[in-house]
Amino acid sequence: MSLLSVEDLVVRHGLLQAVRGISFDVARGETLALIGANGAGKTTLLRAIAGAHQAASGRVVFDGADLSGVPSHERVRKGVALVPEGRRLFVQMTVEENLLLGRSAGRLGDWSVEKVLETFPNLKPRRHAKAGHLSGGEQQATAIGRALMSNPDLLLLDEVSLGLSPLIVDRVYASLQGLIGSGTTIILVEQDLNRALSVSNKVICMLEGRIALAGDSKTVSRDEVTKAYFGLHRKAAGGVPA
Amino acid sequence: MMNQIVQGILLGGYYALIACGLSFMFSVMRIINLAHGSLAVLSAFALWLLASRFHIPPFYGLAIVLPLMAVIGWALQRFLLERSARGGALLPILTTFGLAIVIDNMLFEQFGADTRSLAPFIGSLSYDSWEWPGSIYVGKLAVIIFVAAVVLLGGLQLFLTRTGLGRSIRATSEDPDTAGLVGVDARRANAIAAAIAMVTVGLAGAFLGMRATFDPYAGATQLLFAFEAAVIGGAGSLWGTLIGGIVLALAQTLGAKIHPQGFLIGGHVAFLVVLFIRLYTSGLGLRGLLRLSTGKAS
Repeated sequence: MSLLSVEDLVVRHGLLQAVRGISFDVARGETLALIGANGAGKTTLLRAIAGAHQAASGRVVFDGADLSGVPSHERVRKGVALVPEGRRLFVQMTVEENLLLGRSAGRLGDWSVEKVLETFPNLKPRRHAKAGHLSGGEQQATAIGRALMSNPDLLLLDEVSLGLSPLIVDRVYASLQGLIGSGTTIILVEQDLNRALSVSNKVICMLEGRIALAGDSKTVSRDEVTKAYFGLHRKAAGGVPA
Repeated sequence: MMNQIVQGILLGGYYALIACGLSFMFSVMRIINLAHGSLAVLSAFALWLLASRFHIPPFYGLAIVLPLMAVIGWALQRFLLERSARGGALLPILTTFGLAIVIDNMLFEQFGADTRSLAPFIGSLSYDSWEWPGSIYVGKLAVIIFVAAVVLLGGLQLFLTRTGLGRSIRATSEDPDTAGLVGVDARRANAIAAAIAMVTVGLAGAFLGMRATFDPYAGATQLLFAFEAAVIGGAGSLWGTLIGGIVLALAQTLGAKIHPQGFLIGGHVAFLVVLFIRLYTSGLGLRGLLRLSTGKAS
């Protein structure tokens, strides 16, 4: 049984339809990479799953429960956690306070402040520093740690490498590798195709709010992904596949 | 002169107390509650009613009035302010302005225009004093109010920084959308913050009634003092509110020493000076200030 089912989901930004009737399933323990060019609707899709953006139609079913109309804080309580694009830390609060906020949902589990600091060792000396004073890599680690503190069943990671130097991205992904291997279900939005394909089991490439390609990350060819990413297959076939 | 400074500092405690709730609501919900003074007067009337009709002394009456004020704050946020905040920044200001008029006139209808005081119900506390070296007399009630203000502000500071609920309220005030994404119920956090703000208003109303007289329309003056103290101290900063209250009271006390009618003017001058300095240092500059004052701001 799928942990998450997205069924014919439509999400609008005013008159603009950012997500146009998308459907897919994610099984427990899977890592799904969502890729696509800027404006493809990846972030909107993640925010709709997390409850930060209301869907115009369609359903998000999580662990058998329909999440339609469920506010974002209730979704965290049910086990969905989002690491938002741009980190969105509480900059007036310390690293520790940001992490402790992740416990607001009251979900029990293994994650604690100490475990997050072990997972992201660069945060240890910065524990009492204000989040606004952190480097980009430290901020990203704090944002991921804050989401983990809610002991999620489904972790949504939105462009964790955005704005970070390659060295810092390597460190963040090295920390995430343990998480990916631990059985946590993850949906990952990533601009770096190679990285997205290497860490995931499944890949979905979005184009203009629709799924242009869906497949197994290990078997899908680089050429297929590139064509779907840039919409080249549409020109050849005369339309976007549903 | 030393006497005036001491009296000013102690009076600042009262101003900090009444400004605390206003500042707290602004920092968490971004709402300027124009009914703040009227709600303080409502609390004073409630204590007066308990004391005069049911012989419950004001300090005991607080055990009834403060929880009641918390419920009023919670209900106000849930059923009035939260809805009006959806209509933009101006609507809550108009809503609370209307609420102030409703409270004032309901009090007038119920109690008439007579001035009242809680002083007769607290024995000699309203006029008892200690003599300090240098022939400085400090009122016992003024010291109690100052200590209450420091304890309240310190307690609030501890609550906000050391408890999960306090962190949730701070997170909601900083970014309500992201607070929801980490599992914080922003509506609940705002309602609790409003309840806390109303408890501080209730306490301020009690001390207003003990140290002075009040009538149904006394709320506007209290709102003005609260607003001035909050702006001087930096709206949203708890300890800044105490400093703002003290600066306002010192300016008023020194104003009264210069001229018998200088009490209020001294406070207003201090408020305007701080306001202009804040605007100037916020990057607006002298030209921006001049454009603002002549109504040509773009």
